[in-house]
Amino acid sequence: MREKETTLYLGPQHPGITGNMMVKLKVAGDTIVKAETHIGYLHRAFEKLMEQRTWTQSFPIVCRICVPEPDPNEENLARAIEEIEGREVPERAKYIRVIVLELARLASYQLWMGGQSGSMGLYTMPQWTVGDRDYILDLFEELTGGRVYHMYIWAGGVRRDLPEGFADKVLKVMDYLESRLPDYDRLLFENALFHKRAKGVGVIPKEKAIEWGVVGAPLRGCGIKHDVRIDEPYEVYDKLDFVVPTHEGGDVWSRAMVRRQEIEQSISIIRQAIEKMPGGDYYNKIPNPLTWRVPKGEAYVKTESARGEFGYYVVSDGSEKPRRVHVRGPAYVHGISLLEEVLKGANIADVSFIMNSLGTCPPEMER
Amino acid sequence: MAFDIKGILTPFSALNQGTKPPHTVRYPKEQKETAHRYRGLHYNDLDECIGCGTCSTICQNQAIDMIQLEGYETTNGDSGLRPRVDNGRCCWCALCVDVCPTGSLNLTTDYIYVTDDPDSFLWIPGVDNAKEGNNKLSWQSAEGKPLVDYQRVPMKELDGKERVKSFAEVVLGYNEEEARKEAERCLACGICTDICPVHMHIPEYINAIARGEDEEAVRIIYDNNPLGETCGKVCTRRCETTCAVNHRGEPIAIRWLKEYVTSKVENSELIKEILNPEIAEANGHSVGIIGAGPSGLTAGYYLALKGFDVTIYEAKDHAGGMIMYGIPKYRLPLDSLDKQVEYMKSIGVKIKYNTMVGKDISFNELKEKHEAVMIGIGFEVPYSLGLKGEEAEGSIQAVNFLREINSGRHVDIGNKVVVIGGGNVAIDAARVSRRLGAEVTILYRRRVQDMPADWEEIEGAEHEDVIIKPQAIPLEVISDENGKVKAIKYANAEMVPDEKGGRPRPKIIEGDEHIMEVTAVIGAIGQEADYSFLPEDIKEQIEISRGRIVVDKETQATALPWLFACGDIANRQADAISAIADGYRAVKGIEKLLLKK
Repeated sequence: MREKETTLYLGPQHPGITGNMMVKLKVAGDTIVKAETHIGYLHRAFEKLMEQRTWTQSFPIVCRICVPEPDPNEENLARAIEEIEGREVPERAKYIRVIVLELARLASYQLWMGGQSGSMGLYTMPQWTVGDRDYILDLFEELTGGRVYHMYIWAGGVRRDLPEGFADKVLKVMDYLESRLPDYDRLLFENALFHKRAKGVGVIPKEKAIEWGVVGAPLRGCGIKHDVRIDEPYEVYDKLDFVVPTHEGGDVWSRAMVRRQEIEQSISIIRQAIEKMPGGDYYNKIPNPLTWRVPKGEAYVKTESARGEFGYYVVSDGSEKPRRVHVRGPAYVHGISLLEEVLKGANIADVSFIMNSLGTCPPEMER
Repeated sequence: MAFDIKGILTPFSALNQGTKPPHTVRYPKEQKETAHRYRGLHYNDLDECIGCGTCSTICQNQAIDMIQLEGYETTNGDSGLRPRVDNGRCCWCALCVDVCPTGSLNLTTDYIYVTDDPDSFLWIPGVDNAKEGNNKLSWQSAEGKPLVDYQRVPMKELDGKERVKSFAEVVLGYNEEEARKEAERCLACGICTDICPVHMHIPEYINAIARGEDEEAVRIIYDNNPLGETCGKVCTRRCETTCAVNHRGEPIAIRWLKEYVTSKVENSELIKEILNPEIAEANGHSVGIIGAGPSGLTAGYYLALKGFDVTIYEAKDHAGGMIMYGIPKYRLPLDSLDKQVEYMKSIGVKIKYNTMVGKDISFNELKEKHEAVMIGIGFEVPYSLGLKGEEAEGSIQAVNFLREINSGRHVDIGNKVVVIGGGNVAIDAARVSRRLGAEVTILYRRRVQDMPADWEEIEGAEHEDVIIKPQAIPLEVISDENGKVKAIKYANAEMVPDEKGGRPRPKIIEGDEHIMEVTAVIGAIGQEADYSFLPEDIKEQIEISRGRIVVDKETQATALPWLFACGDIANRQADAISAIADGYRAVKGIEKLLLKK
């Protein structure tokens, strides 16, 4: 017997939704027939705001585009400006930036592990990971003065040098996080329930992945090796030794496996960066931030964030303010069009589970 | 799927975590020690703060307002305003801290602020946390690299050895690249505008230079100063002393930037072309101005623009007054001054040279001819030194000396000159004497740091091997049998505290007397005005106090409503920019009087 179709509105206020957005579901029984994503609940006009701010004033804005991982935004804006202007960045600053970006990736994956488990009812995991993430936030607090929004990477380098003894503290936290991995494995990644819930769910067909513009862990979870850090290395990623894990399958499980392995890679990258980091300057000072004019030009830069390739298209008309900053976050694809495709045929209970695995992030869709 | 016993059992290993202490939530059970750099609530050192408002300008959330605080007055170099932060808007990016030119604004480790009053989100740093804030400073501008450029683009000058060979201009001026770079340092806070006697639009024209809009900068400068180029070369530039950047670095080279942009305009026709001044139709009113000094020229220029029929009466054969005859040509070249005066004449200012009021034309005649009269005669009569033997040949006065030299005449000063005084005139006389080939010593009563002269001028003199002898009080001019200066007798002095609480006073050290052989003695201890051209009845009707005519502060009008006084005879600053300011004010006074505006 064919079940009656009903419409279900999931979000914008719903614990399973990763931010303020809404998915309008057409369901037959508990199977999704059609999904329509609706955004517009969170629009703060970041891109437009920047056109009214000076270049330096834009830095406190961009970090707000992603709460769990603000740093790729700062990195992108900084690197775009540096590319347009031809501003040199001291070697030490590049290493510091890599450390910050990888710490941010780790923190972001901690939240993801919590969200992924929470959305299937495994609430111990978020208790752990949010707590462990705090150790990373402590590091950020000490380095940048802020726990969540760092406003630390900016054009020309970073705002402050490493505080004394900071590197040792980072290594300590890395050791701790590494020691926690077996616990995470036992609780989540080796958990039979997780296997059962994740395998074959939210599948992105490999042949469609590139066509649809999938990036990051979801793309690598389709067995496609793509990572900006390797393909078009920025900062000092080409001087560091790491692998980009891939996994066949394209489902929630494959994506989880990719991220699980990337945690180890990030820890390794941070250790290498600390070891190889040279001394010297950390900031190639910009002129007066109130009158600083970035020469006419444009740049498209990209950074591999925890959710995938994060692009910024920045245009300068030679004035004190950006003419245009276009933010192309990975969630724009993952959270709007891809989600609609992947949710087709899924179970209602899997909606937030799939959303979590895709790394949807509404502020990135509504800039 | 096969039955996965391992996958079912392993999650239970989480139970052994139950024995470990929790680490998620620490506060308030466990007080968290905040990081050294934490960006918490603001703290402002209210006495260090000058209220420049740069914090408010950089704040991208518009969370900072500048408000008037009780107990903080608007004074020179302090707007009297202090920042107030809206904690509901602040994002604690700390750009305000990094850009604070004085370093007074910092963030603290405090981050918890609880209130049930929604209005108290408005937080005045340094007032609302007056007691504890200072001990909890965390994110500070002193750490890291400040966003303000504290280093000035150096000005190229002729070498000291080269300078004394001629009267060539010492300061070589910024080139375009240097000017842009220097202009870009400006924070545009406008603290300088307040102290400038004319209130020139300093941040506006500096920003125009930074943007590469030099012609716009010239237009902005001429808005209230028609002698911008002169000021660019010789202004006493109080603006730079108060410059916000001066608190922790070198002030913006406001004077040199003005010099750059104005001297770039090659001739008076170009000035006219750039300014394209709007000259009002003749309004039928006539104004006479006595003295073509900076105040007279300024008043004349703006009055002419407003359609007045202006005639300036100048006793000498050249316009400029003290800036023509008092300031040496290595500071202000003749062609620069001529260019500026030429332009004024081209828009309708009439100057009658070699016309001394009181001799070539009587004051009463002037009064008959014009509806309003402005006096800007300056201080031309030097004070005598009051020394024994002062009347000897070769004992001269600096203003007379400079006037002669600037007029292109020769003055015989021999090869060893002593200059008495510590002001700009003394330094000018000394440096001119060096250019005439003499060895020069300056005797000054007090310490070098007490010298009223511009420190750059003092430094310039030193580079030219002028010997400055501070704490030296001249006692007597000794002449030879022909009545010619032979030597000067002076005594060394020690500084003693002033009983009345004033600055320390020099006191002669008994017996520490010296004789220096010299060929000329140049006195430069000040000047006064010569009011002999004024009829007695006029003198009686206006008030002259301590050598200066008392005027209305808004209009420069004397007790006689049709008579105005400007420049040295009306203000104590005795510099070009104050004279220009007087002239500018007098225009308003005259407009008010004649046009009833």
